Amino acid sequence: MEAIKTNNLTKYYGKARGITELNLSVEEGEFFGFIGPNGAGKSTTIRTLLGLISPTSGNAEIFGKDIINEKEAILQNVGYLPSEALFYQGMKVKDILKLSADMRKKNCKAEAELLCERLQLDLSRKVDELSFGNRKKVAIVCALQHKPELLVLDEPTGGLDPLMQKEFFDILRERNKEGATVFLSSHVLSEVQRNCTRAAIIRDGRIIACDSVDVLAKTSAKRVTVHGMVNLENLDGVRDRNDMEESVSFLYGGDMDSLLRVLSSGQVKDLTVTEPDLEEVFLHYYEKDGEL
Amino acid sequence: MTLVKHELRQGKTSFLIWTISIGFLMAICIFLFPEMKGQMESVNDVFASMGSFTEAFGMDRLNFGTLTGFYAVECGNILGLGGAFYAALCAVTVLSKEEKDKTAEFLLTHPVSRKRIITEKLIAVLIQITAMNLIIYALSVGSIFAIGEDIPWKEISLMNLAYYILQLELAGICFGVSAFLRKGSIGAGLGIATMMYFLNLVANIADVADFLKYITPFGYCEGADIVSDGSLDGTLVAIGAVIGIVGIIIAFVKYTKKDIH
Repeated sequence: MEAIKTNNLTKYYGKARGITELNLSVEEGEFFGFIGPNGAGKSTTIRTLLGLISPTSGNAEIFGKDIINEKEAILQNVGYLPSEALFYQGMKVKDILKLSADMRKKNCKAEAELLCERLQLDLSRKVDELSFGNRKKVAIVCALQHKPELLVLDEPTGGLDPLMQKEFFDILRERNKEGATVFLSSHVLSEVQRNCTRAAIIRDGRIIACDSVDVLAKTSAKRVTVHGMVNLENLDGVRDRNDMEESVSFLYGGDMDSLLRVLSSGQVKDLTVTEPDLEEVFLHYYEKDGEL
Repeated sequence: MTLVKHELRQGKTSFLIWTISIGFLMAICIFLFPEMKGQMESVNDVFASMGSFTEAFGMDRLNFGTLTGFYAVECGNILGLGGAFYAALCAVTVLSKEEKDKTAEFLLTHPVSRKRIITEKLIAVLIQITAMNLIIYALSVGSIFAIGEDIPWKEISLMNLAYYILQLELAGICFGVSAFLRKGSIGAGLGIATMMYFLNLVANIADVADFLKYITPFGYCEGADIVSDGSLDGTLVAIGAVIGIVGIIIAFVKYTKKDIH
């Protein structure tokens, strides 16, 4: 069964575009990435799926249930981590977790304690005294403590330090192994690359690519900056080349081995190879627009 | 009833501050009465001859020298305005605050239907208003007993009941308004309550504006009318009830469909 299936899902805010005829299909048990720049429609998609906003047209199902008519039944089995986690002033962490569990009519105390320990979250602190990262942890526990079948995560790692990010993704992978479907929305490409099996790329409210992460990653190039003297003339897959004094920077989408051979035949003082920023990846998808 | 409990806990501080303030002011006023009673003979004439100001507060028809008349004017204004402000604030923020404080995303992604959320929030508002009125009623009666006056049960009860109904009506209106607002709800609530209060003053002063009594809930809270009639004006109360219920219905219709940001 499909965990998420949208059918020409469209949302307009008045005249402003949210998402346009979105067709998305996420299989049960998948670790699915949802990539796009700010304002592309990631949050709109998620908010529509969770019933916070109603679609202008089209429809969607989660585990075969209609997102409008069977919203409560769906939410019982969904854990949602919002990008900006805010809670009621004056409440303690444990009260928030209890409130969340009570609204689901579940006792999640044991699981909550386990998660708080792994994430190093103090249950007795007041939420308004917490830092952004610690508030995020509260939201994570709220999203996970009832062991949902579907996890919807909207830019989850913002505010978490690298150690916590690792712990968080460890937990997600465990849940995924236990059978939970994970829907991860992000603009951090590496995060999706490392964790997801499949991903969709959204731009201007439309899905422009949806494939396994390996395939998407192959099409996504690296940003290479070389200080020193190299001869790039015979190298395939160089784009967006910027020559500066004694250094050159380019997007490389070709074979890694050939690049290394070219580099080793030149004189390299310093070298950086980084993920291209998203804008560059999207530029790439623009160029290939016709082929897609 | 999880959310009712949650709302009551969230509103506790505000409830205590308003209830204690209004109750305290009412008690002080009542405790001042014995001292003022002796001077009332002359004061009454003064109060009765201030023209439209006298009419505005119904002092042309009330005897300030009696406890009932004194209670109708003094306590009526404290409980009338204070209670109206509290009821309006309580109801106008209850739905809108979720979006203003950005807690809506947390609340509405739990498996609780919007209808249920609205219902439980409404119940919480009604409980708070009812509790405040019961406490203030007890404090008033207790204070009158303490100064050794005979308790005019019927008049006091009717007046307090009228203000309770007024608060419920205002809460109904503000609840409806709350469903539409994201920001600025406190201003809207206080504005509605203040406007209603002044509409009644205008209605009292100018005969041509008498129709305003049918709009503002303060119309059926007029101490002078309640004391002289020995009952509440059924028509006005019925109109008020309809307006309040319409407000609540609007809240349900709007908030169940609202796009939450």
